[in-house]
Amino acid sequence: MAGETILSIEGVSKNFPGVRALKDVSFDVRAGEVHALMGENGAGKSTLMKVLAGLYRPDGGRIMHKGEEVDIRTPLEARDRGILLIHQELSLSPELSVAENIFLGSWPTKGLGILNKRKLNSDAGRVLDALGCDFRPTTRVGTLSIARKQMVEIARAQAFNASVVIFDEPTASLTDTEKEKLFSIIADLKARNVGIVYISHKMNEIFEITDRVTVLRDGVLQGTVNTADATVETLTRMMIGRALDSFFTRARSNFGAEVLRVEGMAKKGLFENISFSVREGEVLGLYGLIGAGRSEVAETLFGVRRADAGRLFWKGGEIPFPTPRQAIDLGLCLAPESRKEQGLVIGMGGRENITLPHLGLFSRLGIMNRERETQVFTRYRETLEIKTTGPSQRVGNLSGGNQQKFVLAKWLCNKPRLLILDEPTRGIDVGSKSVIHALIAKLAEEGLAVIVISSEMPEVLGVSHRILTMSEGAFNGEFTGEAMTEENLIDAVSRHRESSSSRRARTAA
Amino acid sequence: MIATLTTGDFIRRNGLIIAFAAILAIVALSAPTFLTVGNLLGVLRQIAIVGTIAVGVTFVVISGRLDLSVGSGLTFLSVLVVSQHNQIGPAGALAVTLCCGLLIGACNGFLVAYLRFDSLIATLAMLSLLQGVTIWYSGGANVNVADSTTWFSFFGRGSVLGIPAPVLLLVLGAAVAGFVLMRTRFGRAVFAVGGNETASIFSGIAAPRIVFATYLISGLATACAAIIMGSRVMGAQSTIGQGYELTVLAGIILGGTSLLGGYGSIWRTIVGVAMLGFIENGLILMGFPYYVQWLVTWAIVIMAVWIDLAAKRGRLLA
Amino acid sequence: MTQSLTQPALSGHKGMARTILLRSHIWLFLLAACVFFSVVSPYFLTVNNLANVLTQSAFIGILAIGMTLVMINGEIDLSVGATLALACALAIGLHNGGASAPVAIAAALLAGTAMGLLNGSLVALSGMHSFVVTLGALIGIRGLVFVYTGGNALLVNDFEYTEIPEVYLGQISLTAMIFFALVLFFQWFLTSTRHGREAYAVGDNVEAARDAGIRVGRHKLINFTLCGFLAALSGVLLSMRLGTAEPQAGRSWELWAIIAVVLGGTRLKGGYGDMWRTLGGVLALAVVQNGLRLLNTPNYVELIVMGLVLLLALGLDRIMLLGTRKGE
Repeated sequence: MAGETILSIEGVSKNFPGVRALKDVSFDVRAGEVHALMGENGAGKSTLMKVLAGLYRPDGGRIMHKGEEVDIRTPLEARDRGILLIHQELSLSPELSVAENIFLGSWPTKGLGILNKRKLNSDAGRVLDALGCDFRPTTRVGTLSIARKQMVEIARAQAFNASVVIFDEPTASLTDTEKEKLFSIIADLKARNVGIVYISHKMNEIFEITDRVTVLRDGVLQGTVNTADATVETLTRMMIGRALDSFFTRARSNFGAEVLRVEGMAKKGLFENISFSVREGEVLGLYGLIGAGRSEVAETLFGVRRADAGRLFWKGGEIPFPTPRQAIDLGLCLAPESRKEQGLVIGMGGRENITLPHLGLFSRLGIMNRERETQVFTRYRETLEIKTTGPSQRVGNLSGGNQQKFVLAKWLCNKPRLLILDEPTRGIDVGSKSVIHALIAKLAEEGLAVIVISSEMPEVLGVSHRILTMSEGAFNGEFTGEAMTEENLIDAVSRHRESSSSRRARTAA
Repeated sequence: MIATLTTGDFIRRNGLIIAFAAILAIVALSAPTFLTVGNLLGVLRQIAIVGTIAVGVTFVVISGRLDLSVGSGLTFLSVLVVSQHNQIGPAGALAVTLCCGLLIGACNGFLVAYLRFDSLIATLAMLSLLQGVTIWYSGGANVNVADSTTWFSFFGRGSVLGIPAPVLLLVLGAAVAGFVLMRTRFGRAVFAVGGNETASIFSGIAAPRIVFATYLISGLATACAAIIMGSRVMGAQSTIGQGYELTVLAGIILGGTSLLGGYGSIWRTIVGVAMLGFIENGLILMGFPYYVQWLVTWAIVIMAVWIDLAAKRGRLLA
Repeated sequence: MTQSLTQPALSGHKGMARTILLRSHIWLFLLAACVFFSVVSPYFLTVNNLANVLTQSAFIGILAIGMTLVMINGEIDLSVGATLALACALAIGLHNGGASAPVAIAAALLAGTAMGLLNGSLVALSGMHSFVVTLGALIGIRGLVFVYTGGNALLVNDFEYTEIPEVYLGQISLTAMIFFALVLFFQWFLTSTRHGREAYAVGDNVEAARDAGIRVGRHKLINFTLCGFLAALSGVLLSMRLGTAEPQAGRSWELWAIIAVVLGGTRLKGGYGDMWRTLGGVLALAVVQNGLRLLNTPNYVELIVMGLVLLLALGLDRIMLLGTRKGE
């Protein structure tokens, strides 16, 4: 029955070492509704989603499914109860066929473990037809596009008669046409009384397809509202929860000489015609959605990727694109997007991580000077308020905030000239966030040029002197002073998207 | 909570060392001749060859790779050093052998670090290639040192102040290697590359160059081992190093160095290799045939798996 | 880290042709090798010789079948050579000791299966990499062989035992037939049974497999057990062919089996491969070996050629990976 509550959680809490991911959160999904789950990065959306899907077990509270209290211990149990999560990183086996992926774990057999392929394929075919898919059950999943892979996951939900489907940022890597297709499928699911949890950052999508919105902030429920009653402003306020000005510290504007200028930098398939400059003491914000090519631009400047074209000027003189080593020696530093994969060697101690980019500086004739290393470690532990038991405690055991502080310390200890921070506060606690924001302001006031890449709008608006917006691999707007408003940024990012999609539509016609 | 975790970690990482101590105790109690200087030095002399190679391979393993070519490398280089000794004398033979060791390391390093081939298969291919090269070079025949009176015999048979030269060389090599690994810039980079290659690249470390260098070290260590081997046997033949690659790895693993990279040390490797040597010796002293040691090694590996499992669960018994 | 925004739904015809070419390079290589040896040696393309090649290839071939199963799971079994020796020794030893041939054979197969089961349980229980577990087993099982044989070769007393495999279909020996039957069976097993298809799921994306309710540990255990059984079978066949059991029989064969499987194109990381590829790899090894011997080339050429071919296969795999990445 439409409107009936299928799945609800009451007073659920979940703690991780050093982080309180969810505190006393209640949330429910009704049959035939699309319920959006919003919040900043690190607000607890993904934790909540994983609790629902059986990947995490809550520390407290209860989960009610169709009126009875349940304990969902594994994804399998969740699936048996009709709850399916559609991951952002799709959980498919590329070497298996579409049909095999849809029914993975419960393939039909003819007895004796012999696969009943005919039944498997015809069952899958039926599901695919119902969804209007244009590929066959026997196709190898590895050959499908991301959008089609997503359809396979949806088909899986369909095949198991899911009563609740959780979408985790499903449009992150879809084109506009693919997105429309997805929305019509969601409408279809809705019409068949499936309850849908929809996690997204994109306001326009929220208003387009959802019925209710629940907002989380720092693991705490901020409220559930009917989408019809909400506005971008009310939702944003719920997500951010405080006036921007009071939370962020912006550095005093006192700009010096130009540190870096980029002209016409391009990399095929990733970004094109990237031109900008940044000065001493300036905090340049780079705003764009995930997948816009922001990280790729940063990685190219730092030398982890090679550019196809473009010129680079460092303090007025042209230089070739550097290798990471050369970039570090210039003082061009990058605190990358993923701490655990790119930023830190998690099996090493904090001390070793800090000095890793400057082994030459901390050694003589190739022999490490451990005393000096420890001194530097101690200095940054104090100034950045890092909570760690000692220089050799593995950074993997620390909380996200403390890890990020080590990433920063890594670059600060050798007089950087330009610091690029890619998503500097993603997934870290509020306390560390404000320490990092204050640090950015302080560094800029000391004359450092800073580029802050972020998909968190309040952060970009709060710390930057100037903001560049990026979408689909190109810059499409530059804002300073009064013009730095949410509306303008959203406008810039979406305008480009529309114009490029209409362009695509024209060429198709 | 934290305390139990660290105990678990401690047991997991040092369980083998504890097992080693236990085994030594058992052997010492049941074979009185075991704990004599002469016998212990004899064991150390036995393990010098495997130990020397293992010291080099430890670098490769900590950087997160494997080197299966060392057995064939040992064969080829032993044959080489003996033949060259007969042709151009000891100094030239040593120089040629060390250079060829580096060259083998460079080939492996090029394939793994720069072409990014899977290290297991690439070094397996090198194993096959080097076996072929050995037979081509020697014609499959045994070679013997023609003039056994040169100083070449020192490496395998000589001694200084009563300590056999191979043991001295191993200790010296291990000390230098341990220092390089733990105290130098390069050593730090090896750990970083093995621990997280991407992060090391994002820290400006030229990861391929580091990996390449670890293979050079492995090649050089193999050449040193070949010199000791040639000098001790005063000859060589084309199967002399067969299977060493696995013995070396077994020693490294027994010491507790992680095959995944990023964790390990030279002293662990020495302990692992020594454990294999002492087990062999002890069992022989106790009257067992030599092959019983293999069963014991297997039992130790199984025990290691069990300890690992127990440590994960946080308790040792059920 | 980066996700491509657009991706073609299906690679075009050109892409397909390229993929097929790159994915079945082993058969092209085998064909080229056969053509080459037929041209340069009059003895190569004779029924007698080819039948001989098939028989020769069967022993490593049967090991390679088990290795393929394990490798599709993303694991490795280094102990197959030792298990082969164990079965070989047990079959002859027990038969000499008075057990009838079927009983001796059954006991040998059982022992191999038990070794596989042990490896599998350790891998499944501990989650430790199979490289470590089976490296231990390689050393230990060889130790068992030495304990059993006392380090000496066992010679079969009953010469009828060696005549068991002297059954021919045309020129094809029983050993070769068993090998082919196993290839066919396990290819069918991989494509048509639930367990077989799940092997790919486990090797491909172990998290997804676990989330979907596949019991990964038990799954791997079964494959290791099969691998042990097949190694024992190869050992029993070898004992019949040779009539002796050398304690060092099958030494380094695990490496040759791995070479054959990788040469065929099965991926070491798991999730990809099949028995046809392994058959191709095994035959390629055997043909090169045989052809070079017919040419009277010294045996080192064979080792060098195999090393180079293996590197070539790795290079092709890399190109293929780069190719698919560019296609995305």
